[in-house]
Amino acid sequence: MARKYDAIVIGGGHNGLVHAAYLARAGLDVCVLEARPLVGGATVTEEIFPGFKYSVFSYVVSLMRPEIIRELDLPRHGLAILPLDSTLTPLPDGGRLYRDADHHRTWREIARFSIRDAEAYDEYGRSLFYMARAVKHLLGIAPPDPARLRPGDIRGLLGLARHFLDLEPDQLHLLVKLMTMSAADFVDEWFETDVLKATLSASGIIGTFLGPRSPGTAYVLLHHYMGEIDGHFRAWGFARGGTGAVANAIASAAREAGAEIRTDAPVARVLVSNGRATGVALANGDELHASVVSSSLDPHRTFLDLVDADELPGDLVSAVRGYRFRGSSAKVNLALDAAPDFTCMPGHGPHLRGAVSISPSIDYLERAYDDARYGDYSREPYIDIVIPSAIDPGMAPPGKHVMSCFVQYAPYQLREGTWDEKREAFGDTVVDTLARYIPNLKDIILHRQIVTPLDIERTTGLTQGNIFQGELTPSQLFFLRPATGYAGYRTPVRGYYQCGSGTHPGGGIMGAPGKLAASRVLADLGRQRGRRRGR
Amino acid sequence: MLLETPFHPRTAALCRSSRWRNWSGCAAALSYEPGHEYEYYAVRNGSALFDVSPLRKYEVTGPDAAALVDRVVTRNVFRCAEGRVLYTPWCDEAGKLIDDGTVQRLGADTFRITAADPCLRWFQDCALGMDATVRDVTLDLAALALQGPTSRDILARLVTGADTRSLPYFALVQGSIGPAPVTITRTGYTGDLGYEIWVPTNHGLDVWDALIETGRGYGLAPAGLDALDVARIEAGLLLKEVDYVSSWAALIESRKSSPYEAGLGWTVQPRPGRDFVGRRALEREAAKPSDWALAGLEADWPGIEKRFAAVGLPPLVAGRASRDAVPIYERGGRAAGRQIGYVTSATFSPILKKYIALATIRREFASPGSRIEIELTVEFVRHKVPARVVETPFFDPARKRT
Repeated sequence: MARKYDAIVIGGGHNGLVHAAYLARAGLDVCVLEARPLVGGATVTEEIFPGFKYSVFSYVVSLMRPEIIRELDLPRHGLAILPLDSTLTPLPDGGRLYRDADHHRTWREIARFSIRDAEAYDEYGRSLFYMARAVKHLLGIAPPDPARLRPGDIRGLLGLARHFLDLEPDQLHLLVKLMTMSAADFVDEWFETDVLKATLSASGIIGTFLGPRSPGTAYVLLHHYMGEIDGHFRAWGFARGGTGAVANAIASAAREAGAEIRTDAPVARVLVSNGRATGVALANGDELHASVVSSSLDPHRTFLDLVDADELPGDLVSAVRGYRFRGSSAKVNLALDAAPDFTCMPGHGPHLRGAVSISPSIDYLERAYDDARYGDYSREPYIDIVIPSAIDPGMAPPGKHVMSCFVQYAPYQLREGTWDEKREAFGDTVVDTLARYIPNLKDIILHRQIVTPLDIERTTGLTQGNIFQGELTPSQLFFLRPATGYAGYRTPVRGYYQCGSGTHPGGGIMGAPGKLAASRVLADLGRQRGRRRGR
Repeated sequence: MLLETPFHPRTAALCRSSRWRNWSGCAAALSYEPGHEYEYYAVRNGSALFDVSPLRKYEVTGPDAAALVDRVVTRNVFRCAEGRVLYTPWCDEAGKLIDDGTVQRLGADTFRITAADPCLRWFQDCALGMDATVRDVTLDLAALALQGPTSRDILARLVTGADTRSLPYFALVQGSIGPAPVTITRTGYTGDLGYEIWVPTNHGLDVWDALIETGRGYGLAPAGLDALDVARIEAGLLLKEVDYVSSWAALIESRKSSPYEAGLGWTVQPRPGRDFVGRRALEREAAKPSDWALAGLEADWPGIEKRFAAVGLPPLVAGRASRDAVPIYERGGRAAGRQIGYVTSATFSPILKKYIALATIRREFASPGSRIEIELTVEFVRHKVPARVVETPFFDPARKRT
């Protein structure tokens, strides 16, 4: 029997859950449909190896909008974000660059390479603070389209113009640079130390199929600086219990507000009648009806898989076909019998509670990209490591550890062979690379999970395994995300909305697309109700 | 993790209070005894020995050294003769304060600059196109401040190869203390007779030991930052990030200050043909003064006593210097109660028996004699007590200069 809801949300990732929570709080009867047996999408914690909890995909938190945490009261639903405030970059020669919250110590660490860079570091931090402050406004608004100029767009654009004209000229200039430059060139304006430049610009390549010298990567770098925790920009944290705890907290808030969440419920297609969404058909043939259907899946799935192409205008279909996913990242999750021992900082120490970045030089990163450009995974990849068990003892049995390794580049499209054939060899490459900096690593690995872009796509449904539901390069941002004319969370099918990271302001555990899309849905419903009342 | 200064083996052994502060990443004693009164009185009555090694030190050399320093700072460096020292701030292009410190002219083409915070990159960038080299010598040089009425006699007994007894105010001389080569400058942060001693790091402990040994008969005491803070407020000397915010540290424009706004207008010394960083902005400001100024305040002590007496307490503000900003209000008139500024540093002055403060205040209220009110919290209740603007330095003994 078909059950009728006010709204159906396709996909129980963090954005789908945020979206559902806001709709339910507004009084709508909401149902979330998640294909997997657990909620979270790419925001999950799973005990793949007994006793060891992996944040299988996404692994750190910063971008989660503070207003969402507050409005959904996520701390009450179990969300605790623990600080992650150091970054260690080991060097092949046994040297290192270590930065943490101790301002003077970080100064001295950088000054070992260059006093000028140590001094420039503060100025760089301030500049990015200004940039994050400038774009923070954008994270909270639906993107107005300068080419359409509907009344809402004009209002939005005027607001934006006022906002940007308030910036100091230097800051506006810097923002334009950020949107157009490469990460390597951007950091080059401040620094001369290779390892520092490499580690800073590494934030600019995450989730994109671009190298640190490719234009557009400076924005990605900023995207990673926009996060704030307790009012502090740039703060990164680790969710107690792994990133799955974020999804679970949001799910709990959504349920409390009355939303129903169904797992093991993959959606086959969206039901459309006379250009209007009427519900969904599940893979098992069941139909669920609702006048609002929101897809938190990526633009490819939302437009090309879930609805018939003939329901959509041709320009949207071709835009989505041209939208760049190009998954380029992989994960290797390790269960360890003991703590990893770094050559450059032996033994236990606070560096184990922070991030470790395998990014010794710009050339290293660029060479890693060179391999990927021609369809190979990097022979010496960029790796971003956290050791969750050193931050949250609940992640592994006492004295043992889990290590999360984000790896780039692992191109979705391989030149030769398949990921199923190359998975283990890739895992060996990652472990070999790490073992150069962590000599005891191979002896302490109890279990390894290798998550290739293909695995990301198969498990979470993210097209080509792109972690952001599409690259975060300037040509795919704001009113261009996912396509011009379709960036306002609506779709050409009435009652069908998009609420995933493939919409503004994009990926990362942010929740903003889910919330902004909910505002769109509620505004549209209010307008319809108003119209009905007016009759 | 705090660094230890070259004197740490001695200061740590003496620091019975275990009270330390992070000063530029170094451990610096707040006081050696649990309270700082004795150390304060050493400044005014005997001699106090401060470890000021965390100051940043830069050496500028080369044919264009003078031209470079003159380009960076607001004061006219060409009027600083060899063997002389200048106190000066330096500004950014917009005429806002970056930092302040002393410039020692060690030779025709050799300068040493002290700064509160790192400035190497700025000095080097300002040297573009000049034949001058800037080096960070912070870790090469240890520094001590010997401050107080007996400091002249102590040094005269110790220093060889130089006449420190006749060293004028803001002058320097090179000599030795035992085996240690030293630069002695007649400078300090206390407003008293005093000297600062600059010594290669590896000779630091020789100098410390000699001073402690000889100082025994002259009332010398090692002193910490708490005593220094009281003394420097009495001397009307500014503390960066407390009395003004560096334009590099200020996240918003309104936090920045020009020299004029910080009471340092006298250090702005333009002359025809002289071009220093910030000159044009400062000329514009000189023509059209800012709304803000620095002022010394003296609070009405009987008024404070009365507020405390009303709840049965003695005036509890007579402890340490305070760096907590406190609002200043207009007194009387139609706008009575309007906030017109804020106190940045305040202390009870043990030598003057007055409650004094440095404040940023609207210019129309900044003239000596101007009557205003400052906020005072007594037993968790906020009150306003009368205060008036006075000249600084609050305490200015003749021995400082003679």
